[in-house]
Amino acid sequence: MNKINELFSKDLKVINMGLESFHKDLKSQDVDSIQMNWRPTAGGNEKMMALLARLKTKK
Amino acid sequence: MQDLIKKANKQALENLQKAQPTLIGIGVALKDIPNMDKKTILHAGPPITWDNMSGPLKGAVIGGLIYEGLASNEAEARTLAASGEIKFEPCHHHNTVGPMAGVVTSSMPVWIIENKAFGNLAYCTLNEGLGKVLRYGAFSEEVIERLNWIEKTLAPVLTAALKLRGDIDLKSMIAQVVQMGDEGHNRNKAGTSLFIREMAPYIVLVDFSNEEKADVLKFMHSNDHFFLNLTMPACKAAIDPNANIKYSTIVSIMARNGTEFGIKVSGLGDRWFTAPAEIIDGLFFPGYDKEDANPDIGDSVITETTGIGGFAMATAPAIVQFVGGTPQDAIQYTTSMYEITEEESNAYKMPTMNFRGTPTGIDIQKVIETQILPIINTGIAHKDPGVGQVGAGIVRPPMKCFEDALEAFVELMASEGMID
Repeated sequence: MNKINELFSKDLKVINMGLESFHKDLKSQDVDSIQMNWRPTAGGNEKMMALLARLKTKK
Repeated sequence: MQDLIKKANKQALENLQKAQPTLIGIGVALKDIPNMDKKTILHAGPPITWDNMSGPLKGAVIGGLIYEGLASNEAEARTLAASGEIKFEPCHHHNTVGPMAGVVTSSMPVWIIENKAFGNLAYCTLNEGLGKVLRYGAFSEEVIERLNWIEKTLAPVLTAALKLRGDIDLKSMIAQVVQMGDEGHNRNKAGTSLFIREMAPYIVLVDFSNEEKADVLKFMHSNDHFFLNLTMPACKAAIDPNANIKYSTIVSIMARNGTEFGIKVSGLGDRWFTAPAEIIDGLFFPGYDKEDANPDIGDSVITETTGIGGFAMATAPAIVQFVGGTPQDAIQYTTSMYEITEEESNAYKMPTMNFRGTPTGIDIQKVIETQILPIINTGIAHKDPGVGQVGAGIVRPPMKCFEDALEAFVELMASEGMID
């Protein structure tokens, strides 16, 4: 039996990252789900991410 | 680099935590505020020219010139203000803070606050009350008359009473009011009450008529924001030792002039980072709406910069009736501010947060990383001069101020060879 099918035969406990609609769909089907409060660093702004990274690098 | 930043930020927070802002007296702007003169007008926020000032700031300048006798009416005041003869400078460049328009002219009495841990001083005018007042850009006869009464009666009575009372430890008083339902920016009911309690026994003893002394007590009693003008310079005095700590990414000033929002960052010294000020989301007095609102204005955001005001909203659930939202929102606002701050206040503890200290010391790196902007409680001024306050609400600074500051910080570190 495929490993993934083993998972589906158990009670699912889900931590959802990203699109909240996935979490809501599971909740509406009575599946335990937690929406992780997460967003990309600097909201995904590449210029700001690069600036922050420069301050974190060791010279 | 991070080790140096961490060490510098630790120093900044140590300075803030050990600050001892103390009321030591009342002075006069011309005599006490550094580098003040008769033709200088101080205003809130970052530097601005007369042409670029918003309605309420222009109104307050007009009122200030009439109050000083430099102009006898609005037209004369406008001509003089535009002539180049008057020097406009930010309060912050003179160790001063001013609520809303923040206009300070040479004859105005000012609270003098000393940070006893460092010896530096900060100044602020005495609060005029609500409604038609200079700080909201009103300049009618009643406004000028009240300013004259503040100069001729309120300040002398309080000065004499303070001499009998002695210095007042504002840090301990603010710590108490934070446990009494004030957040120190838009709710100052407990602070004003405590201040009256401290002063009343000495006011009754001073050598003025009973009528004058009663008027002083009634004036403070009628104005729930009287204590704001003490909280603000207390915060200014507390944070000024952080004006220039090399490698620190902690915000040392946030302020607005009604046109622009400006911030300063400890490790970047005197540089302002500005962007257009935002319109406030809030509750309006009957007859007014968002169309009437001026963009964000005032130095009172010094309270949030030092960790109270909007950052302490959880401790002031009643404030939501003034600024909008629910008590749960207030707790949420405070909780989110821990994401962008360095420490929790060791003095300002909130009962509703299980006596957790208020979120203190904004780090620009955290603001950019999380995209969470500081939350600010504030009053809303009418956009036209002469009208006054039209509401109160919640606002955030423009993200651009923090982005530009971070970029400047990285450039400075690169130019010094600290990073590639």
